[in-house]
Amino acid sequence: MSIEARERRQPWILLSPALTTIGLLLFVPLLFIVVYSFWLRTATGADQAGFYLDNWREALSDPFYRDILLFTLKIAAITTLVCAVMGYPAAYFIARSRGNKAILLLLLMLPFWISYIIRTMSWINILGVSGALNSLLIWLGIISEPMQMLYNQTTVILGLVHFLLPFMILNVFVSLEGIDVTLEDAANSLGATKWEAFLQVTLPLSLPGLAAGGLLCFVLGAGTYITPLVLGGPTDAMFANLVYEAIITQLNWPLGSALSLMLLVVLGVLVMIYNRYLGMAQLMKGLG
Amino acid sequence: MGWQLIRGYALLVYVFMFLPVAVVVLLSFNASQFGSFPITGFSFRWFIELAQNDAILRAFRTSMVLGLLTALISTTLGVLASLALVRYRVPGENVISTLLIAPILVPEVVLAVALLLFLNFLGINKSFALLLFGHVLFTLPFVILVVQARLIAIRRDVEEAAMSLGASPVQTFFQITLPLMLPAVLAGALFAFTISFDDITGTLFWKPGGVETVPTQIFAMLRNSISPEINALGTVMIAMTVGLPLLGAAIARTISRKSGV
Repeated sequence: MSIEARERRQPWILLSPALTTIGLLLFVPLLFIVVYSFWLRTATGADQAGFYLDNWREALSDPFYRDILLFTLKIAAITTLVCAVMGYPAAYFIARSRGNKAILLLLLMLPFWISYIIRTMSWINILGVSGALNSLLIWLGIISEPMQMLYNQTTVILGLVHFLLPFMILNVFVSLEGIDVTLEDAANSLGATKWEAFLQVTLPLSLPGLAAGGLLCFVLGAGTYITPLVLGGPTDAMFANLVYEAIITQLNWPLGSALSLMLLVVLGVLVMIYNRYLGMAQLMKGLG
Repeated sequence: MGWQLIRGYALLVYVFMFLPVAVVVLLSFNASQFGSFPITGFSFRWFIELAQNDAILRAFRTSMVLGLLTALISTTLGVLASLALVRYRVPGENVISTLLIAPILVPEVVLAVALLLFLNFLGINKSFALLLFGHVLFTLPFVILVVQARLIAIRRDVEEAAMSLGASPVQTFFQITLPLMLPAVLAGALFAFTISFDDITGTLFWKPGGVETVPTQIFAMLRNSISPEINALGTVMIAMTVGLPLLGAAIARTISRKSGV
């Protein structure tokens, strides 16, 4: 074999273990559940192979599923918005700080490394009946009986924001860091106020980072089922909870396949729109 | 004036991020027999009870073994793929990159369902092997992203110098490239371990009955109410997750200082 041919082959040898793993453990299984979603769960519990539209008819026409899908998108949208409003100024502060940026960023990333389940349950310590907030309010004499603050939509959003905020801040920070600071000075010297300079120069230039952070928050938020289980009430189930119910509790795997694919398509469309306009490179910057 | 406002706002965001975690640590040292306020005194009793809780210790062992194996496999696969992407001109590089990070782009629930159903169809039931396959799958993209970012920073002329002085490609890899890459490899492995150790979304789908990892064990214990033991376990995990990356960074710095780069 010539040296050039060997040189051409080498990267593929290096890539093949990873590509094979992802192909066999992700793409083939995804194709498999497409097939599985047309099978039928029979009364005896065995799954009947074939081409039945029953699962899809149920998943697409039952208002129960549609309502929960809309509820899920709503929760994810509010979470993303709150993350943007909370995260942007914080990221701006870190990016423009004269202090030690690395330490400021590391501090904010620490909670990101702390266990998701611990961070989620930690809100029970704050908002629970005998939690920090109720204890404080009773001690101050503002209330006499503890209030029930947990297990509703708001606490689900709160838990999600706490989980996802670092993703937003990191992405916005990365794009703010890439902006030349002297651009703002130039705008100022041309007569713009600080606020105008920010709105017309810095903000538009940082939008790709905001969009990347927003996409991550939305997709991760819309795909969660643990947060609603820990911090939500009985009516706060999100779409991923339906998938969990169908697969693990009811063992209705064909229906669970159809529901999973619905979630994949809805969130996949978002990722594709993002990819079409902004490309994946921005997302990689924030993740890497 | 405007800057003061932003600083105050950012401070509040920091408080929001840290307060719940701080309360977990605070309550884990509370002597009270309930895992909540009021604070009745300082005590290590919940850590002692934790160390004697067989279920938690078993979960801890499972998570450790799973995390270490996941890190080993993911890092090996990820480093090879990153080398190919950084060091060679591969046709269709963008497509390949997207394929390699696809496990991050697919919602984890969907990935979990697909893997469970497919491997079950192949006769692999819920088991430790299924957990390992799953964890390797979704940690791999993170390893590739982290290693790739670090790998780009390594200068190639050192390798070229070694080759021109007569080292074979294999010798060059083991004596030059690998030591230079070590911080990147360790960072990737640490990332994979942490993500695996922390995972619950996929793990709840894949774990066989009776086997618990630390997060699923905590989740199961939450069904009742927060026991002080969970707060103590939380404190241990916080110490670990905060300590491990710091330790990793320190090791990486020592290594890169020794190698003089």
